[in-house]
Amino acid sequence: MQIALRPGRSASLVPGGSPTAQSLGLRRHWRLGESLIQSFLFLSGALSVLTTIGIVVVLLRESLLFFRSPEVSLVEFLTGTTWQPHIGDFGIWPLAASTLITTGIAMLVAVPLGLCVAIYLSEYASDRTRGVIKPVLEMLAGVPTVVYGYFALTFMTPILRSILGRDVVEIYNMASGGIVMGILILPLISSISEDALNAVPRSLREASFAVGATRLETAVRVVVPAAVSGISAALILGLSRGIGETMIVALAVGAGPAFTFNPFKGAETMTGHIVRISGGDLSYGSIDYDSIFAIGLMLFLLTLTLNIISQTVVRRFREAYE
Amino acid sequence: MSTGNPVPAPPPAYDYRMPERHRLSRVGRWVFLASTIVGVVVLSALLYNVVNQAFGLVAIEAKLNPATLAVDGVPLERLSQDQLTAILQANVSKGLFRRLERDRPLALRTRDEVYDLVLERVVEPTIVETWSLTDSLLHRRDIEAGTAEAHPQAILSFRAWVNPDFVGAAQSSNPLIAGIRGAILGSLWMIGITIVLALPIGIGAAVYLEEYALDTWFNRIIQININNLAGVPSIIYGILGLAIFVRALEPVTSGSILGQAADPTTANGRTILAAGLTLGLLVLPLVIINAQEAIRAVPASLRQAAYGLGGTKWQTVWHHVLPNAVAGILTGTILAVSRAMGETAPLVVVGASTFITSDPTSIFSKFTALPIQIYQWTSRPQDEFRNLAAAAILVLLVLLLSLNAAAILLRNRYGRQGRYL
Repeated sequence: MQIALRPGRSASLVPGGSPTAQSLGLRRHWRLGESLIQSFLFLSGALSVLTTIGIVVVLLRESLLFFRSPEVSLVEFLTGTTWQPHIGDFGIWPLAASTLITTGIAMLVAVPLGLCVAIYLSEYASDRTRGVIKPVLEMLAGVPTVVYGYFALTFMTPILRSILGRDVVEIYNMASGGIVMGILILPLISSISEDALNAVPRSLREASFAVGATRLETAVRVVVPAAVSGISAALILGLSRGIGETMIVALAVGAGPAFTFNPFKGAETMTGHIVRISGGDLSYGSIDYDSIFAIGLMLFLLTLTLNIISQTVVRRFREAYE
Repeated sequence: MSTGNPVPAPPPAYDYRMPERHRLSRVGRWVFLASTIVGVVVLSALLYNVVNQAFGLVAIEAKLNPATLAVDGVPLERLSQDQLTAILQANVSKGLFRRLERDRPLALRTRDEVYDLVLERVVEPTIVETWSLTDSLLHRRDIEAGTAEAHPQAILSFRAWVNPDFVGAAQSSNPLIAGIRGAILGSLWMIGITIVLALPIGIGAAVYLEEYALDTWFNRIIQININNLAGVPSIIYGILGLAIFVRALEPVTSGSILGQAADPTTANGRTILAAGLTLGLLVLPLVIINAQEAIRAVPASLRQAAYGLGGTKWQTVWHHVLPNAVAGILTGTILAVSRAMGETAPLVVVGASTFITSDPTSIFSKFTALPIQIYQWTSRPQDEFRNLAAAAILVLLVLLLSLNAAAILLRNRYGRQGRYL
């Protein structure tokens, strides 16, 4: 089989150098063009590895400069609860906490909704309904995040403020950014979960119906558990997406690091801080410049870990049918 | 059910709370349906919100009533260039007039440009208040009354913030004449570079992984790595672009290595080229993954037929595999490009210009882009800039929708004609 797939290899089956085989050129040639092309293709593939190496090297090198500077210590960075670059306070927690809070709110919105949408689409919806709902979800997924940021600031925030009171909810607040971020993550979670639910074989559902389970019981107690690896991968990916999300929080959550757990107050996330700092005049080698690399390194490690966990979950815990 | 034989009692576990369970099941169904409808409602709310802000009443106060500028009964709009120049000279300070003349002699400008200058410098209309579309339609009378009281000089008019002038005009700090031409051009230039980088390399990598790569540890690493890169937050790519393309490769990206920096005074690496390369790296994993799927869908029998006729590896790929995968590859690429078009965060980090009135002239120009423009207008507190942001969002969404429609058309067209897709 392998031989048939390899061009020119069949010549090696012909015993040594018969003139006809030679003149037909069946022997495997070394062809300059082919090798050049293959090298180009290999380099294209290797470029992605170079990109990763580039990201890691760049982040590590500049972060090292950041931690070496006299105003910063690694311990302070990892434990400090104030981030005030102009007075030399570099504690990551105000930024990290608001990243976690906005992402947490987003997950509170996206996980139940996303799972319900996935269950509805895979277990209940007719083909026609699915034909309407899926494009809508794809459109939601395709809307640029800066548009979601605009939506959070000009739609969600006024609604929150009119419901809960203007003195409770600040103009820039984590709740509004988090909710809209949840809407952004919803299509991601629902589409991956739906794929997982669809992969559960029909026989499981039929068996469940046959022993008298209702539709809900079949969906929640048979199909969802059978697809749990795919669903948890979707949740982890959604979490990672939320942590890395930038424009919504940059526009709606605020522009000043604050260590608060009140979701209706303004704060600044890690990504929001990077955008604000680099949007201004940034001089190379300044402590501000170096600090965005340190924050970036944290972000990269966090999202990379989550992505790897998600891939491992899929590989390790996949229920293989047939 | 027959009446004669007594029905044997069913096993207790079987009809256990059956009506209750079915009721619960119906409730469940409604919960799932309601969640799904939430998605639809949110999308509608989002679109409504944008459209609502992109049209509406505007109260404009002019420093000088244009009617008083009419010469011999000819209204301002129909005056000749000389008359307009005279009006300009009479109404602005000498210093300003000299500066305008120095920027470009008025005689060399077109009539429309001089007319715009008169409007901007002499009539000086300013927006005092704006209203959303729903307010304008439902409470028009209240608005008219309120405006007549608060701003007696102001003229109330209905304004579509998104209009041909808006698309064609350059950026300005005056919301009445601000436009997004530079931003659109910047986006297009950047997308061009993104495609030039990501398309050949993306297809190359996909062909390598699907057709050439043997199952070695390095090739496995490439594959795992591509999947991971697709999950890296876009802002990280911005940081990478800042360090590599803007800073380390500054001589290349600023064009000074070719001796043709667009603007020697501000020559640094924050150019269209740097941004396009950054976006190229960002979408590369998406292009590769999509192209791989398209290539994988080409049946093996096709390759075997080509090999059987003595085709080389590359001949097989070039003449048989790629032509049959091209629709899928292009569809995936278009989707990736539309992702790049909406990206904002990496561009901010790479250093998009905050305010730029000139069009980009080469890949070494400073740049702005449509999403950047939206971001900046949204982050300003004044209402009129929110209106501009909404108008720019509409333009961006229309661009993205047409890209996606192109992808769908392509898929349908070649899906029907192509033999194996």
